[in-house]
Amino acid sequence: MSKVPKMSQANVETTVLETHDLMKKFGGITATDHVSLKLRHGARHALIGPNGAGKTTLLNLMTGVLPQTSGQIFLQGEDISQLAPHRRVQKGLVRTFQINQLFDSMTPLETLAMVISQQKGGGANVWRPLGYRADVVQRAEELLALFHLTEVHNQVTSKMPYGKRRLLEMAIALACEPSVLLLDEPVAGVPAGEREELLRTVASLPKDVSVLLIEHDMDLVFDFAETITVLVNGAVLTEGTPSEIANDARVKAVYLGHGEALHHG
Amino acid sequence: MKVTPSSHFQSQLLQASRWKWQEWVGWILVFAAPWALPSHALIVNEMAIVALFALSLDLVLGYAGIVSLGHAAFLGFGAYASALFAKHVMPDPVIGLVWGMALTTLLGALCSATILRGSDLTRLMVTLGMALILLELANKLDWLTGGSDGLQGVLMAPLFGRFEFDLMGQTAATYSLTVLFLLFLAVRHWVHSPMGATVKAIRDNRLRASAIGIHANAKLAVVYTVAACLAGAAGALMAQTTGFASLDVFALDRSADVMLMLVIGGVGWLYGGLLGAVAFKFMHDFISSITPQYWTFWIGLFLVVLVLVGRDKLFKPWKWGRP
Amino acid sequence: MLTILFDGIAYGMLLFILAVGLAVTMGLMNFINLAHGAFAMAGGYLTVVLMQRLDVPFLICLPVSFVVTGLMGAFLERTLYRRMYQKPHLDQVLFSIGLAFMAVSSVDYVMGSQQQIMQLPEWLKGRTEWWDGALGMGHYRLFIIAVCAALTVALQFVLSSTRFGSQLRASVDDSRVAAGLGINVNLIFALTFAVGSGLAGLGGALGAEVLGLDPTFPLKFMVYFLIVVAVGGTTSITGPLLAALLLGIADVAGKYYVPKLGAFIVYALMLLILLWRPQGLFSRQGGK
Repeated sequence: MSKVPKMSQANVETTVLETHDLMKKFGGITATDHVSLKLRHGARHALIGPNGAGKTTLLNLMTGVLPQTSGQIFLQGEDISQLAPHRRVQKGLVRTFQINQLFDSMTPLETLAMVISQQKGGGANVWRPLGYRADVVQRAEELLALFHLTEVHNQVTSKMPYGKRRLLEMAIALACEPSVLLLDEPVAGVPAGEREELLRTVASLPKDVSVLLIEHDMDLVFDFAETITVLVNGAVLTEGTPSEIANDARVKAVYLGHGEALHHG
Repeated sequence: MKVTPSSHFQSQLLQASRWKWQEWVGWILVFAAPWALPSHALIVNEMAIVALFALSLDLVLGYAGIVSLGHAAFLGFGAYASALFAKHVMPDPVIGLVWGMALTTLLGALCSATILRGSDLTRLMVTLGMALILLELANKLDWLTGGSDGLQGVLMAPLFGRFEFDLMGQTAATYSLTVLFLLFLAVRHWVHSPMGATVKAIRDNRLRASAIGIHANAKLAVVYTVAACLAGAAGALMAQTTGFASLDVFALDRSADVMLMLVIGGVGWLYGGLLGAVAFKFMHDFISSITPQYWTFWIGLFLVVLVLVGRDKLFKPWKWGRP
Repeated sequence: MLTILFDGIAYGMLLFILAVGLAVTMGLMNFINLAHGAFAMAGGYLTVVLMQRLDVPFLICLPVSFVVTGLMGAFLERTLYRRMYQKPHLDQVLFSIGLAFMAVSSVDYVMGSQQQIMQLPEWLKGRTEWWDGALGMGHYRLFIIAVCAALTVALQFVLSSTRFGSQLRASVDDSRVAAGLGINVNLIFALTFAVGSGLAGLGGALGAEVLGLDPTFPLKFMVYFLIVVAVGGTTSITGPLLAALLLGIADVAGKYYVPKLGAFIVYALMLLILLWRPQGLFSRQGGK
């Protein structure tokens, strides 16, 4: 059940995730307005826009947390528009949350072991205790090390400092072995000292994981992204490379109009 | 199930499922009780049955997070199913027990399809409604169930053909304790398995659980069905060891009492129901000996105070670690 | 058959008045109050005591029940209930069951466990026959329908045309936003709880003769109130009204035509409705 296409087989130009004319209305309000977005294999794709532009809503539509009013979503060419959220995850579409969504009564080690067991199809296993499978524990150790969580691995999540919780938030997503990873403001609220850890980890994600990143931090966006889509009032304003976006007059207007300075260079 | 830990991490994870010495001692004492205190064997039997019922509700309330006021439906269904089996088919206790459990599991599976939709109030009403309907059915189908007189004269054959259910109650107590222990072992094992961990995850954060690929509703339905099976076992034991089944086994009191036991003992950990059942029994007997008629008043007061003050503050000296 | 319908409507309207306070409390404070029936019982017993011991006329007892139980409700809300709003539903259930147990026991202790006989005034004891007996309208039931209908109209008026009503509706929709708009949500909660309890007390007084009054009243009828709220939803008062009427007619008709099944019909009906529409028959989507 390989969800991650091998690099040698996949064409870099293959679209792994796309939306067709996606619409979401809440009563009279259009939160998502005819959004057609393509995420390419191995992409480092950022989604930016002013507050209230509908970025998180779009993510919620893609992951199935919110049902769309109209339009379609395709994952690896398959129509997932009507699939339940957990089924989409099983097909490789994984997200992180802007506000940490963790399992407060469990330790990071338990959490990751549980997620990895689930991912390896052992989520229904009742015959052996959690931790019996060496491969599960080993993968958990790897992820703990990757996300600098080794020193807190046995601490109950509710008692962990915020920065570590944010790292765990992402570790959980990686433990799902995603082929497409949607990151919702990963460095939001992270104290300056721990941002570096997080940023380095985001940068070192495997190349065959396609990443869509929502962020307000323009440093991160311009360092990280190869493609940027700008969302305003629920609709796509424009899309392009970082330098194209940085020099686009309309984008500047949108941001300067909201008092945010755009990245220089 | 012995695993040589290949790493520090693995042994840490497995540590949770290891038996602590307090557990060994506790169970040995419990099994010795009907023989060391023969005059109390019947009470031990009763407590074992109630403890099993409380354990099953813990699965529903503590692990699946479903507020159910109708859990007695499964208790009663198991009781009547086994009693009728003993009367009309064959009086072997173990086969009757398995029969009662199997039927109640089916009922639980049926119910689990219904209780996962709607709000807390809807769930409360559906579970309550289930229990009330079964009560009405048992009442009205009196040609089968004996109606309000109850189902009398359930005579059990000796256990394994050798151990008679005598009036002393020691066979009954050991029988019930064994069933309780075996089912407890199963639940304990389950709680520490990957599936148990995913259910804990659903309880902690349902949104994130489905965001990591867990089908929450399906897992909760399984938990509910298993809980029904356990409650059915408790009901079967009740009918078999007391020799009859009556309507009050479906009553709201039962569901409320067992919920109280669980709250006293602690919702969401394995020994919560068991210890709560014992504590409740002592409380009940103590208060009833003082005011036999108005014990519900004191229970009501206790509930109100318990909720207002909070369980932790009220029972601080009892907090000795949760397995 | 028309008589059955008539009796069913009377029963349903009574249930509505009894349960409407619970519905609004549930919708407003998201609080499952299983002790609601205790207020109804209080109103019933108060009326019995006033009529039998103090010779107070029935008509006077009704508003007195309303006011006294309303005050009781207000007092309990301020002292006890207010602390429970944020607690999980399990705690609320346990808390209110505890209160109900205490109420049942206390009344048993003070008044004894026998059913109370209510002596209706002479002018309510008659019966009018229409169409050669096809429709028999007991005056007492007619009175019940009239009073409950008047109350319903008044409630609807208050909700839709007064400032309090719109503040209440806003608080039900979203109490945090309402508070942010300057609405005194605490006061709304207190008043609503008081009125709801008062109505329950009034219903208890009004309906004691029909429903039967003994200390187990809160527990016996709690299920019916909950059914009204679960089926009718908590986002309007027409929902519970229709649910109560449906329940009342189903119960009366069921017990008359198929006495063997008794209350089974009502429970089964409720179960089927909730399975089909878990949010209740009349709720907007996203009800609590």
